[in-house]
Amino acid sequence: MTITSPTPRAGVPLVPAAPVPDALVPAATVTLTVDGLPITVPKGTLVVRAAEQLGIAIPRFCDHPLLAPVGACRQCLVEVWAPGRDGNLAKMPKPQPSCAVECTEGMQVRTQLTSDEADRAQHGVMELLLANHPLDCPICDKGGECPLQNQAMSNGRTDSRLLDVKRTYVKPVNVSTQILLDRERCILCQRCTRFCEQISGDKFVDLQMRGARQQIGGFDTGLLDFAGDTPVGPAAADESGHQFASYFSGNTVQICPVGALTSASYRFRSRPFDLVSTPSVAEHDAMGSMIRIDHRRGKVLRRLAGDDPQVNAEWLTDKDRFAFRWQTADDRITTPLVRRDGELVPVSWVEALDTAAAGLRQARSAGGVGVLPGGRLTLEDAYAYAKFARVVLGTNDVDHRARVTSDEETAFLGHQVAGRTLDVTFADLVAAPHVVLVGLEPEEEGGILYLRLRQPVLAGSMTVTQVAPVASPGARRLAATLVPAAPGTEAEVLDGIVTPADDATLAQVAERLAAPGAVILVGERLAGAPGALSAALRLARRSGARLAWVPRRAGERGAIEAGTLPNLLPGGRPVTDPAAWAQIAEVWGPVDAPQRTGRPVAEILAAAWGGELAGLVVGGLCPDDLPDPAAVRHALDQVGFLVSLEVRRSEVTDRADVVFPVAPPVEKPGTFVTWEGRPRPFPQALTSTQIPDHRVLDRLASALDCRLGLGTLTAVHDELDRLGGWSGSRVAAPDVAPAAAPTVEAGHAVLASWRLLLDAGRGQDGEEFLAGTARRTTALVSAATAAALGLTDGGAAQVSTKRGALTVPVRVVDQMADHVVWLPTNARDCRVHETLAAVPGDIVAVTVSDEEVRA
Amino acid sequence: MTEQNVPPAGMTGGTGQAGPTPDQMPPYVSAIPRRGAVSSFFAPVAGFGVSLGNMFKPMVTEEYPREPANVKPRFHGRHQLNRYPDGLEKCIGCELCAWACPADAIYVEAADNTDDEQYSPGERYGRVYQINYLRCILCGMCIEACPTRALTMTNDFELAGPTRAGLIWEKQDLLVGLAPGMLAPPHPMVEGTKDTEYYRGEVDQATDAQRAWVRQHRPDDPSSDGTPQGLAAAVPVGATRAAQQRTTAAARREGGAR
Repeated sequence: MTITSPTPRAGVPLVPAAPVPDALVPAATVTLTVDGLPITVPKGTLVVRAAEQLGIAIPRFCDHPLLAPVGACRQCLVEVWAPGRDGNLAKMPKPQPSCAVECTEGMQVRTQLTSDEADRAQHGVMELLLANHPLDCPICDKGGECPLQNQAMSNGRTDSRLLDVKRTYVKPVNVSTQILLDRERCILCQRCTRFCEQISGDKFVDLQMRGARQQIGGFDTGLLDFAGDTPVGPAAADESGHQFASYFSGNTVQICPVGALTSASYRFRSRPFDLVSTPSVAEHDAMGSMIRIDHRRGKVLRRLAGDDPQVNAEWLTDKDRFAFRWQTADDRITTPLVRRDGELVPVSWVEALDTAAAGLRQARSAGGVGVLPGGRLTLEDAYAYAKFARVVLGTNDVDHRARVTSDEETAFLGHQVAGRTLDVTFADLVAAPHVVLVGLEPEEEGGILYLRLRQPVLAGSMTVTQVAPVASPGARRLAATLVPAAPGTEAEVLDGIVTPADDATLAQVAERLAAPGAVILVGERLAGAPGALSAALRLARRSGARLAWVPRRAGERGAIEAGTLPNLLPGGRPVTDPAAWAQIAEVWGPVDAPQRTGRPVAEILAAAWGGELAGLVVGGLCPDDLPDPAAVRHALDQVGFLVSLEVRRSEVTDRADVVFPVAPPVEKPGTFVTWEGRPRPFPQALTSTQIPDHRVLDRLASALDCRLGLGTLTAVHDELDRLGGWSGSRVAAPDVAPAAAPTVEAGHAVLASWRLLLDAGRGQDGEEFLAGTARRTTALVSAATAAALGLTDGGAAQVSTKRGALTVPVRVVDQMADHVVWLPTNARDCRVHETLAAVPGDIVAVTVSDEEVRA
Repeated sequence: MTEQNVPPAGMTGGTGQAGPTPDQMPPYVSAIPRRGAVSSFFAPVAGFGVSLGNMFKPMVTEEYPREPANVKPRFHGRHQLNRYPDGLEKCIGCELCAWACPADAIYVEAADNTDDEQYSPGERYGRVYQINYLRCILCGMCIEACPTRALTMTNDFELAGPTRAGLIWEKQDLLVGLAPGMLAPPHPMVEGTKDTEYYRGEVDQATDAQRAWVRQHRPDDPSSDGTPQGLAAAVPVGATRAAQQRTTAAARREGGAR
């Protein structure tokens, strides 16, 4: 793999590293001098950036490279001389904010280093900024990494001339459960409000009041001393149930140049000089966001967004930022466990390996062993599962997908996704004139994907169409055109995008898709809609638009490349192709596995239930990842021999015969592969006694008298390099006809559902402050559906199947398909899989409930 | 210099110049002044004069460890964490001492004060406070850095022991005991005050409201009645410090302490 070796031995590496993007060639340049030093910069460059390029540091607070200039803090004042209309060089009468002035030809800038006027101006501004700034530095979280502290030392007065009492406020204010605001520390640079406006679009703080009492905040009338006399009415609650909430609020904490915004989970926890920082990659989504893990004495204290312009561009979702305590939860498994007399007891590695080997050897001959690695693995670990299944267990019954799947999707992944890395990238998305989202919520299921899509939408260079049952808040902020489609009918809608189309909206989408560079993004949920993936392939072929598949979990794409699918070997090689096996045998040696497609996840579990499979090897998989958790639990109970590789105690380990502890991402090195197919290698942040899955499987293979040769990361990378990519035949494209639209009887509706960014997932365990910013559970219905079912906005509905019932508050929304009820899949108080055992597209009964529910 | 007199390169250190020859050097002259006849006669016993003179001066020998050592008042001894006059801790867990420490001997972890558990005035207190006396060089930079005068140094220098663990002092070992008028934390701040009033020295003792709060929440707390025995019992000496006291006492006995 090119991550470690720049010259792979095979022609094409299995997961090639992304090429370094070409530097932009500016259309026009200007030449100016800063402190007498000449420099040529692209036209439109700000003076402060030109000075940066020369190594001249101008103090600043409000300036941020990714936010539009505002000139709010006035700290970066410099003396500017520029040629006037008559061509003569003239000094601007007052010092200019260098963060808001663009360079012009012949300009002469004098910073605090050469101009006494600029220096005095900066000292004056700093004195005013500090006039009301409290002396909180010893207790402030920002202390030690605070731009105000640093620049007060470098560009401020040595002592204060202010004798009066400083302005004080009640503090801290809980903007949300996670975000705390100390208003007296604020210097009104407006980085946070500009972030909310220009980047995330979910404005949860804004400037309010005027003059000396101007402050940042949510519009809290109590804090603003209106004494109940609200001038313009109370702030409208958004769908989250909070007045203002955001999935991206943690970014405002990171970019706040003072300690005004802090996070509850890190408040008073440590000092910057305590922390050891390790660059890493976020493990909660398939975006591959660059992060920085800050840890002290072997304990992670916080995570910050890393700067990677190609991927996450200095931003991070709150889940990636704040959800990390699951890795150090109390239920971590620390030693191998073996079941003796019905009880799991801690044993040595040798004993556990021997027990597992004996059990697997017996199960292999008794009917076979299935492998369920789960979708959260690194590329290296997934590859070890893929090789273990084929070489040691001699089976293709391996499937990492722990979600709704279909044979159509299996074929689609083999045909369209596997082996096509970096086909569509973030850069292609940003440049696309039109993006169609099908079965995908960019904000809930991607996070960074939403932020990256929003930039061109704001710039006016992109339009978005979403094929979905309801326009989500994120889609509304992307100004997406909604093509309403009840779950299960997506195929029909996609086939309707033709020119000329019956429907004006569909015709418009078809026209926009025909523009060069247009992209269709399909989500993993589309596996649940029969024929939808085939229809998406047809649409891409018809319109010329490019097609990309966006999974939710961090390990999905890497696992596809590593070959943990029943129809795929590593690198997208079809299992039915003898030429692929010949290539594999060159590296693996002779493999005693059938050259036919194995069982997908649902069939593996069914076979385990029915006794056809005598054993299972299960990785990071939770029963409630799958549509019917009760059936999964029963299958795990029924199977003859169950080996589990887990970080924490889970419902799988509780049923396992042998449990091996494995390292969470923070305690192992590895590579996540993003939805684009971009490898994201990360180092080990903490020293640990736990080992990653590939090393456990290597030892287990040894105990089974097989040599896997995957004992080190280098060995895995070497083998991936030797294997290389695949240029042979591909899995045939799926061609499934759209299913007939279901008939919805009175009192029933089609269930629509997706997972929210913040929900009851195990990766967010122990993060109570974060959980408080999750969206409120509501059942969404359209006005017509509500009228037909007798539901009222703000009332309660009981949604039920034969298996169970959920009572949730109702919201009637516009832009929603009729005969559909939407529920969050895995909210803390709404577990659709667990309670209803239903998937999107199923018909559920909906009745009015008189139960009191939290509004 | 003729050609055959030039020494080969390397023998003269490369300078090409030789030093003065012995016959060119001046004769040796002693720098010690010559004595007169009388002082030459008494020279062998002149040293006894120093001894004789000291017989009539006060004795400077310290009888340590038989008697306690007398150190100067500003001697840099072991640290102490101080309290406000109502018993709340002065430490706010800011870690500036740890930052200032050139030997990396101090480790601090801060935490939030809550309404139920208020250890120091304001929002933040030091939950973990450790000084490693194997590393500490007693330079005093930490006490200069302390913004609340929470950390000061005592004159106690007896910091030697048989174990490494015994020289890592925890917060309970470093915290000063309760003086009259104090109340064992956690308890709320004096009513109507903020941390600013504490910093200004406007709090002089625990109030009745604070005592009532402690009696209500910790009925068994012996410090709430304000007696010297109660104050001593409320804040027991930390285990490490107690062990050090035992070690020191044993060493003193060994050294013949009376």
